[in-house]
Amino acid sequence: MLTKRIIPCLDIKNGRTVKGINFLDLRDAGDPVELALKYCLEGADELVFLDISATEERRKTLVQLVQKVAQTINIPFTVGGGISSVNDVEVLLKNGADKISINSSAVNNPKLISEIAKNFGSQCVVVAIDAKLINENWKVHLVGGKVATELDLFDWAKEVEQLGAGEILFTSMNNDGTKNGFANSALAQLSKTVNVPIIASGGAGMMNHFEEAFSLGNADAALAASVFHYDEISILELKQFLKNKNIPIRL
Amino acid sequence: MKITIIDYGAGNIQSIQFALNRLGFEGILTNNADEISSADKVIFPGVGEASSAMKKLKNTGLDELIPTLKQPVLGICLGMQLMCNHSEEGNTKGLGIFDTDVIRFSNEVKVPQMGWNTIYNLQSPLFQGINGNEYLYLVHSFYAPLSENTIAITNYETEYSSALQRYNFYGVQFHPEKSGIIGEQILKNFLNL
Repeated sequence: MLTKRIIPCLDIKNGRTVKGINFLDLRDAGDPVELALKYCLEGADELVFLDISATEERRKTLVQLVQKVAQTINIPFTVGGGISSVNDVEVLLKNGADKISINSSAVNNPKLISEIAKNFGSQCVVVAIDAKLINENWKVHLVGGKVATELDLFDWAKEVEQLGAGEILFTSMNNDGTKNGFANSALAQLSKTVNVPIIASGGAGMMNHFEEAFSLGNADAALAASVFHYDEISILELKQFLKNKNIPIRL
Repeated sequence: MKITIIDYGAGNIQSIQFALNRLGFEGILTNNADEISSADKVIFPGVGEASSAMKKLKNTGLDELIPTLKQPVLGICLGMQLMCNHSEEGNTKGLGIFDTDVIRFSNEVKVPQMGWNTIYNLQSPLFQGINGNEYLYLVHSFYAPLSENTIAITNYETEYSSALQRYNFYGVQFHPEKSGIIGEQILKNFLNL
């Protein structure tokens, strides 16, 4: 049986892991390669690296990091942040990334999704969507949540699937950093809207939040950062907990 | 031991090289026919879309070379699918090494299948020392149904071939280079064939 995935996310700035609350107030959370290896040994199913630095100089640091991670770990990983062309994708995949994740650049240029899918296959295209519930509508936000758009989460999800996205990483900005649980009803609706796997993100605080993301939200994977970085939840214990709750999990 | 990884511009071959490095080996990335023919082991990777990958193989004449190889050959993911008779993806004629077609999962399940699933009914030295029901990492929208050449089964919507073997040719749908220590053991087993 295909298992539900637990995915630690590492936000990367200038080659270091950082973590903020509601996309703000960034704190240092350690060396990414060390953390990656630690998560891998604890039983993480995949890893996501989101680079939140921007300039060219820092990009080169990212490529070196990707290569080092790929040499060190033996599970799949996704790299996102600032990817805006097929060439950006090629460089990351060639250096060992398995998937790339695009967010703002996909909204600004939806054709990018189909171009990447055509060149490298849908399996490597993760479209990340940050959305916020405003007046009972989930609105897509860009640039790490700073810029609101008129796009509806579910319309956009449908469109990215049609364009060739292989997976959707949905972050609820209302839940992110709150540690009050994932946006389960939006997740469940998303799973009904599209037929590609959905990664739940934003709001993990306790082990039962993960269970709910899978049982109520019907998510295929759940992503979290701070609860893992600061050792509030151990991945191994989390996976044992989920297995005991009859969630299909790789142990 | 000389290991070549066929580099025809389709896929994340760096990951396979890194996995070999972790096992203490070094692969040669090449599309050169002599380098491939003279290798002790050949790895045939591939991700992406079948028809464009097959076009790339044809451009380099590798579509004629691969079926004539005599040493152990391991197709991974799309590489395995291209070694079959035909793929529904892009209506692509395959290399005809494995006597089976490749078809798409229905929309009754999420497509692609992405993540860790078990393999069982293991019937090949490729799985020496591997217990049934170990988890491997898979990401694919198309699959090879059960056939005479099936040497491992996975269940997603239906039971299908997660590994195939015919003569010296092996194919795995999962990614041994991305499947933790179990995947590395399977790669090691292949190198020991």
